[in-house]
Amino acid sequence: MEHTSLLERILRGVALTLVVIFFMFPIVWIFMMSFQTNETILRIPPQLIFEPTLANYTALITGKLMTAAGTLDIAFMRNLWNSVFLSVTSVAVSLLLGVPAAYAFARHKFRGSEDIAFTLLSFKFAPALLVLLPLTLYFQKLGLANTYIGLIWVYQLICLPLILWIVRGYFEDIPADIEYAYRIGGHSWFATFRKIALPLAGPGIAAAGLLAFIFAWNNFVFALVLASADKQPVTVGALAFITSSGIQYGQISAAIVLSITPTLALALYAQRYLVEGLSLGAVKG
Amino acid sequence: MSPSALTISGVDKFYGPIDRGVHAVKNLTMEIAKGEIVALLGSSGCGKTSTLRMIAGFEEVSRGAISVAGRQVHTLPPVRRNVAMAFEGYSLYPPLTVRENMAFALKAARLPKSEVDAKVASIAKLLEIEDILERYPSSISGGQQQRASLGRALIREADLHLLDEPMGQLEPQLRAVLRGRIKHFIKERGLTAILVTHDQTEANALADRIAVMEGGVLQQFDTPDRIKERPANLFTGTFVGEPPMNVFEAYVATAAGRINLRLPDGLSLDYDKDAFSAPVRDQLLSRERVVIGIRPYAVRRSKEGVPARVSANQWLGDQTHIAADFAGGSLVLVEHDRTRLDLGAPINVSIDPKNLHVFDQASGEAISHGMELA
Repeated sequence: MEHTSLLERILRGVALTLVVIFFMFPIVWIFMMSFQTNETILRIPPQLIFEPTLANYTALITGKLMTAAGTLDIAFMRNLWNSVFLSVTSVAVSLLLGVPAAYAFARHKFRGSEDIAFTLLSFKFAPALLVLLPLTLYFQKLGLANTYIGLIWVYQLICLPLILWIVRGYFEDIPADIEYAYRIGGHSWFATFRKIALPLAGPGIAAAGLLAFIFAWNNFVFALVLASADKQPVTVGALAFITSSGIQYGQISAAIVLSITPTLALALYAQRYLVEGLSLGAVKG
Repeated sequence: MSPSALTISGVDKFYGPIDRGVHAVKNLTMEIAKGEIVALLGSSGCGKTSTLRMIAGFEEVSRGAISVAGRQVHTLPPVRRNVAMAFEGYSLYPPLTVRENMAFALKAARLPKSEVDAKVASIAKLLEIEDILERYPSSISGGQQQRASLGRALIREADLHLLDEPMGQLEPQLRAVLRGRIKHFIKERGLTAILVTHDQTEANALADRIAVMEGGVLQQFDTPDRIKERPANLFTGTFVGEPPMNVFEAYVATAAGRINLRLPDGLSLDYDKDAFSAPVRDQLLSRERVVIGIRPYAVRRSKEGVPARVSANQWLGDQTHIAADFAGGSLVLVEHDRTRLDLGAPINVSIDPKNLHVFDQASGEAISHGMELA
């Protein structure tokens, strides 16, 4: 049993509060800004009490941005859709390719398996901008520039190594004998993969998929270079709020709130899988 | 001889490249008849588990061939070998209950549900796990998991049942009970089983024949009795038997019509020439040095024997183990009564030539056991 003195508990509470304030402050502030006009945001000193307005959200959803210089069309909803589409498809493709590959790397030591796995990981070492220049040229030649397929392909650089390496670890943690027991009971290796390995590594696969989704969602530079307006995700689309008549802080905040909502919701939903993933250790051996 | 259930011929196992990797199993050849229970006995790393896994199909056979029930299987995937296996690490499926785990093994056989239930119930009764059938592997003890895993293997009708350390985690009383029941179960159904164990009591109790392995080499493959009475070499002699065989190097000499086995420290075992049978005597006299082995229960205390000094004395409740300093080494003898001997007490021991095992000094191969040549 834990023995903690009152002082210890108070100090711990204070420390936790400080940490929470430190990490939550930007998000809370942005959330508040999203309900304010540019004038109230830029007031000095900033004030906690204001009259909330939904104008920012309306502007984003209708796609009409009112500025001092006139009405601007912004494609925020389109960008949001692009983000969802690109991230979901990329992660799906990565899972489809990465999970069987991870299983192969975990279970079968073939010649050069370590080298191949490491090469895939090394994709993450290269600075994105360095890869992008030649890639842009190739993509233009191949007609892949500014296509969803091209973007999803490039996104594999982000998602695939991540999924491969995380899921591989989960597969390695499953005692091979459990699979052997299933195989010797009269089942093929594919049935074993589907019925034993996949369900046991399920929480790990969910965790890896979630992480890959967040990375894909947050990607900026690939989409900036390789996609034009109609294919751009929110991260790039947010640049549109820097207008000739000033930066639209209110709309940016509202856009941020809208764009972090899907990942946040997903993370909260997947939390229980992550916890399950951690407790997998309890059922081993 | 009934038809062969398993034939292993000239099997080698290398971990890593052939001829350069770790040579875990060396030129193994053995044949097991249908309905036999065979124990692979040896210390850790002797190749027994590698052998089992090659039969099951989880390890590739580097060289040689394996046949199960007359079919060559060593190139087939595990699913097509028709063998059942209980794993040392249990390997139960965590998301399934004990009942489901056992019933699952029958899934591929596509039996009607009522039959599956009946089989699970009878195996559960046999292994005393009826009360945990609805529980999950993570919530039961190691011993219970081991029995569930054993049940999952025994429930199947396979050409061969492979049991890897099947009772290592069980408490001694339960182990003794289950040994008897499992043996009866296997014999009653005419199953063929191979168990891997490092526990010689288990091997003796369960197996019809024991294959003693060491360093990847099959040392001896024989009935428990013969392994004990006629060990093929020094390794088997000292490995099997509890307490282990006493072993001493001896010079063979003759003096005045008697054979002297000269031990270190100036001691000597003196025998009349006629105490040995003619072939054994000839073998002894043709050699200068031999290794002699004596089972602890064959050492007798006597008035006019060779002197020794007590170094330890343990009463185990049903027998006394006396260790004595003798001929530069240690000699253990077993007596069935409680013997009171103080440390350092002088005793005299004598050894009947009928109980003498003689081994070649260089190769360790057995030369004779008592009055018979090996």
